[in-house]
Amino acid sequence: MTPVIEGWFTTGAEPRLLASRCTRCSNVVFPPVPSAAGAAAFYCSNPACDGQEHDSVELSRRGRVWSYTDAQYQPPAPYLPASDPFQPFALAAVELPEGLVVLGQVADGFGVGDLRVGAEVELVVETLNVDETGERTIYRWKPVAAQEATA
Amino acid sequence: MSVVIAGAGMHPWGKWGRDFREYGVHAAREALADSGIAWADVDLVVGGETVRNGYAGYVAGSTFAQALGWNGARIATSYAACATGAQAIDTARARILAGMSEVALVVGADTTPKGFLAPNAGERWNDPDWLRFRLLGMTNPAYFALYARRRMDLYGATSEDFAQVKVKNARHGLANPYARFRKESSVAEVLASPMVSDPLHLLDICATSDGAAAVVLTSADYAKRHGIAAPVTVAAVSTITPTFPNTVIDMPLLSTDSSAVTGVPERTFKEAIGQAAYEEAGIDPADVDVAEVYDLSTALELDWIEDLQLCKRGEAEALLRAGDTSLGGRIPVNPSGGLACFGEAVPAQAIAQVCELTWQLQGRAEGRQVEGAKVGITANQGLFGHGSSVILSV
Repeated sequence: MTPVIEGWFTTGAEPRLLASRCTRCSNVVFPPVPSAAGAAAFYCSNPACDGQEHDSVELSRRGRVWSYTDAQYQPPAPYLPASDPFQPFALAAVELPEGLVVLGQVADGFGVGDLRVGAEVELVVETLNVDETGERTIYRWKPVAAQEATA
Repeated sequence: MSVVIAGAGMHPWGKWGRDFREYGVHAAREALADSGIAWADVDLVVGGETVRNGYAGYVAGSTFAQALGWNGARIATSYAACATGAQAIDTARARILAGMSEVALVVGADTTPKGFLAPNAGERWNDPDWLRFRLLGMTNPAYFALYARRRMDLYGATSEDFAQVKVKNARHGLANPYARFRKESSVAEVLASPMVSDPLHLLDICATSDGAAAVVLTSADYAKRHGIAAPVTVAAVSTITPTFPNTVIDMPLLSTDSSAVTGVPERTFKEAIGQAAYEEAGIDPADVDVAEVYDLSTALELDWIEDLQLCKRGEAEALLRAGDTSLGGRIPVNPSGGLACFGEAVPAQAIAQVCELTWQLQGRAEGRQVEGAKVGITANQGLFGHGSSVILSV
């Protein structure tokens, strides 16, 4: 299992999103700034700061739903459908304690009926699709209430 | 000194897949005819760039100038996503205000593909517009649905409210000769249409269309000297960027700015777009008689009504239910029929909003006239920090 994109989230039992933090003013940005050679330089997005150095920080695992929806039609390419026929999936924008809202798919098996503005969700890592290298994973938001009910 | 609209013209919206030049030239000639000014007297052409029509689309100002026959005018091309047309108008206005141009022709035209708007081909792992599809399957309607759902959970909006926006706009657009969809709609019909992104049904979401719009701008002084009939004053053109931190998730991004360092801003981006226009025009929201707002979805119209301070936050449904935003109501919204009746033709749309308000303020919006309208406002927002609001007055 390999993350579909490098450096955006940790894996393991308690996965977390990775963000870039300005070393001067501590402003965090997600997605993180790519560190690969030739990648765009980091410029702090805070207009009061001219920081160009960043370090990597983990964001809180839990946040609150800002809003949510689903995709009932198969999105166009470059989206890669995980199944044929297409299975609808839910999406949530989640407000984290670090003061930003991060968009993600909702964990497998959960739909809009399991969500509510303000509800608590937790980051999980699941399979997005399978390619020639095997399973490719992505971060997703899982409703905490549902999780605790089944625990 | 002020800048006026001396003429407005459009090509009807539709879906024909023809060359965008054809639509643009039609709209330009109609605007010139409306103004009574000859093409030879135009000394500036500003085109709204279209990104789906190859090189000719990237240099739209030049493309339209050439199609009308090179006349030696200065040219410029603007691209600002949904705000493209307003930015083109702003460019023309600035040159006229500086005394460097007398007559400017602003044109936007587009030909659009069927279905969801998708990013250009190729793998682009640093492009958020590509990543949102590849990693999340996040379409444009999914963003609209996030805003819609928030209204439901926070303010008690219902699917029937959203459908009622479509019903209202469909009725408004019935008599508009430029509208693509001219057919009554019902709440039941909207609710029976397929769910695209919960809570938005297919009929809650605007289509993509072909179309073109154009305006001829001059100084007020030029209009007076040349006896232009019923010029409409451009009182404000706001094309501001967000102010950090932008805390409302914005298409095509995967996250917002963090408010941790600076705190939550006084106004959201969309609120700020309208506020900047009001300040530039020196008027209050209470002075507005008619509004043309970007109803990419039915629910988004309700957001805009509040963003433009036409009512308090969370009260747009009450306004809608009372009929205040219908023709004949306190503050009619989208008398043209809006995107619900047009579908979106990106580089033309913000100009089309201005065309509609021009006709409204001149009392020429046959079959959809807001009686006695003196002040109108437009609003839209697009990708990557672009948005605009134009205020016209007579």
